Amino acid sequence: MASDSAAETLALREQFDTEAQQKDASTLGMWIFLITEVMFFGGLFLAYTVYRRWYPAEFAIASSSLNAVIGAANTVILLCSSFTMVMAVRAAQLGKRDALIWFLILTLILGAAFLGVKAYEWNEKFQEHHVPGPTFHLENAVRQGPAQIYFSLYFAMTGLHALHMVVGVCLLTFLIIEARRNRFSAAYMTPVDIIGLYWHFVDIIWIFLFPLLYLIDRHLGK
Amino acid sequence: MITAAEQEREHYLNESYGIKSWLLTKDHKRIALLYLATVTLFFFIGGAFATMIRIELLTPQGGLVSSETYNKLFTMHGITMIFFFLIPSIPATLGNFFLPMMIGARDLAFPRVNLLSWYLLVIGGLFALFAMLAGGVDTGWTFYTPYSTTYSNTWVIATAIGIFIAGFSSILTGLNFIVTVHRMRAPGMTWFRLPLFVWSNYATALIQVLGTPVLAVTIVLVFCERFFHIGIFDPALGGDPVLFQHLFWFYSHPAVYIMVLPAMGVISELVSVFSRKTVFGYKFVAFSSMAIAVLGFLVWGHHLFVSTQSVYAGLVFSFLSYFVAIPSAIKVFNWTATLYKGSISYATPMLYTFGFIGLFTIGGLTGLFVASLGIDVHVTDTYFVIAHFHYIMVGGTIMAYLGGLHYWWPKMTGRMYPELWARLSALVIFLGFNLTFFPQFILGYLGMPRRYHTYSSEFQVLHVLSTAGASVLAVGYLMPMIYFIWSLRYGKLAPANPWGASGLEWKTPSPPPLHNFDETPIVTQEAYDYRGVIGEEVEVG
Repeated sequence: MASDSAAETLALREQFDTEAQQKDASTLGMWIFLITEVMFFGGLFLAYTVYRRWYPAEFAIASSSLNAVIGAANTVILLCSSFTMVMAVRAAQLGKRDALIWFLILTLILGAAFLGVKAYEWNEKFQEHHVPGPTFHLENAVRQGPAQIYFSLYFAMTGLHALHMVVGVCLLTFLIIEARRNRFSAAYMTPVDIIGLYWHFVDIIWIFLFPLLYLIDRHLGK
Repeated sequence: MITAAEQEREHYLNESYGIKSWLLTKDHKRIALLYLATVTLFFFIGGAFATMIRIELLTPQGGLVSSETYNKLFTMHGITMIFFFLIPSIPATLGNFFLPMMIGARDLAFPRVNLLSWYLLVIGGLFALFAMLAGGVDTGWTFYTPYSTTYSNTWVIATAIGIFIAGFSSILTGLNFIVTVHRMRAPGMTWFRLPLFVWSNYATALIQVLGTPVLAVTIVLVFCERFFHIGIFDPALGGDPVLFQHLFWFYSHPAVYIMVLPAMGVISELVSVFSRKTVFGYKFVAFSSMAIAVLGFLVWGHHLFVSTQSVYAGLVFSFLSYFVAIPSAIKVFNWTATLYKGSISYATPMLYTFGFIGLFTIGGLTGLFVASLGIDVHVTDTYFVIAHFHYIMVGGTIMAYLGGLHYWWPKMTGRMYPELWARLSALVIFLGFNLTFFPQFILGYLGMPRRYHTYSSEFQVLHVLSTAGASVLAVGYLMPMIYFIWSLRYGKLAPANPWGASGLEWKTPSPPPLHNFDETPIVTQEAYDYRGVIGEEVEVG
């Protein structure tokens, strides 16, 4: 094989016939993985639905104890990171290496900022005794048990979401290193594409978590 | 005819040697053999637990082990057999090996993910084995809360972590299969030319991908409940233990179809090849796999008929459970119709096929008993249920697994198994199976509860019969183990197509070359087209 096709053979794995087939397979694989993630979070959303219906008063009180402003700020941070991720994918499609690297770095910074804010919020919960356990206490809640279940779900859902963010940050770091090594071109940018899909998915999970956890009972007029 | 030179050609088994060439392989065929070794090990571990259970049940007063130990025995039997044998068995061994070959691909879409999934099964298995050796777990394989989260003083978490990790192995296998079937088919291999084994593994993969994550998150919640007492399953805080049952069975009922759908795929292949006829109603059989996969997700509530579920929900779940019988019956009728006027051969794989069809029919029909609300109240948690699902899992899945293993053994190893011994083992397994599990239907109907090791002495005769059957069954399972290993060295050399089968996997030498085909095949025929296909003669090795 001629030397000019070396880059091509590097990217095309032996089980595939064409690069289009390989890219299609990778993309489909990521979509299916995201479906498994929907089912994974789905179990928690189900538990949330059941208990919110059983204990609406406790859920409303517990939800009001969260800081919706910080939550909203974090939502904005995450939406911005989705935007920079889209720009990174676009830069990769156009083969603009420097733009790709910078947008990936921006995305990484925004993702890390989100996690920092989240850590601050969790820390607050520890100080306020809102962490499930023997010392749990929520002011104003008549029944402490259901209020504690709300916070169990809060920690389980935001915790798993944050875990996915951490994985996403690691993947972004990997992309930045690979991009600096000139691994990507307009012809081959599948990893950027599918990690972008993953990043957007993690954002979407948050878009559901934010209103469900922060905004119960906070509609206009209250 | 096979010349010595042909046998010395390079193939996937001799293209490289050494431990590393196996443990780091990306070849789906080698990974399939790694899986084969792993699940065989777990099968015999699970079998050892079953042996102890059956010996214990010989006498009504239960003198061999204590109640606590007995609880651990049936728990570890169930966990090992379900999560570490039955679920990976057919998809991860036969499916891994033959799904790419049947569609004319060089490998699965993601070979490294395939290897990762084997490692995940091994790591999960090690966690479970550690838990067993450290003292065991006694919750039953169902891990019902609040016993598993609050009261059990055994290795619940280690076992649950093992199952969690093995679950990701299953998810990744399913993901790999779906992408492979969508994107890796050879030119001309249209969806309706796919062998039915591929269809059934595809349907299975959908369940693996959609169901297993729910089990994973359920295990995470059990873990949190046990460690941090988060209250989600704890009635003291307003949580609901029955929510666990819903989440658990949302996966674990479809998991029954993860276990049996691939088996049905094997049977579709075998019935066709050994009666030399195309499968009757190909599209019906293909779509019935998909129908089972979809309906399987809508029936979990039939495990909660006596668990405070509303009676109206019970009615709906009962009706939907009856509904699953339709696609299952379509398969059985179509296999039978395939036999009609076929040129039937009684080779070993076909004997297993006959065993499967009969036993699956009994298992399926008794499924209707337990799906109906009234009878289920009577037989819930009795040996009737035990017998019912062993007819499906052992009589169905393991029969098909062994049938498939005999059928594809020549392709996998390049050697024939000894036919006479194999036929004998099929017979021994069939007889031993029925002697073990048929008495359990009667036991259960008379009121013998499951998970008890002492019982009223009137049940002893049936328990003795069952234990006697289990001994026969054990001999039946050891026989293939021995002659398969024997055949690796002394078996007759296998030609490319010993059965006169029409699938693509038979159009390449035995054992296959590294990338399955010397050149990518172009498919011009429907599946199961036997015109012009002749079985090659077996050479004496």
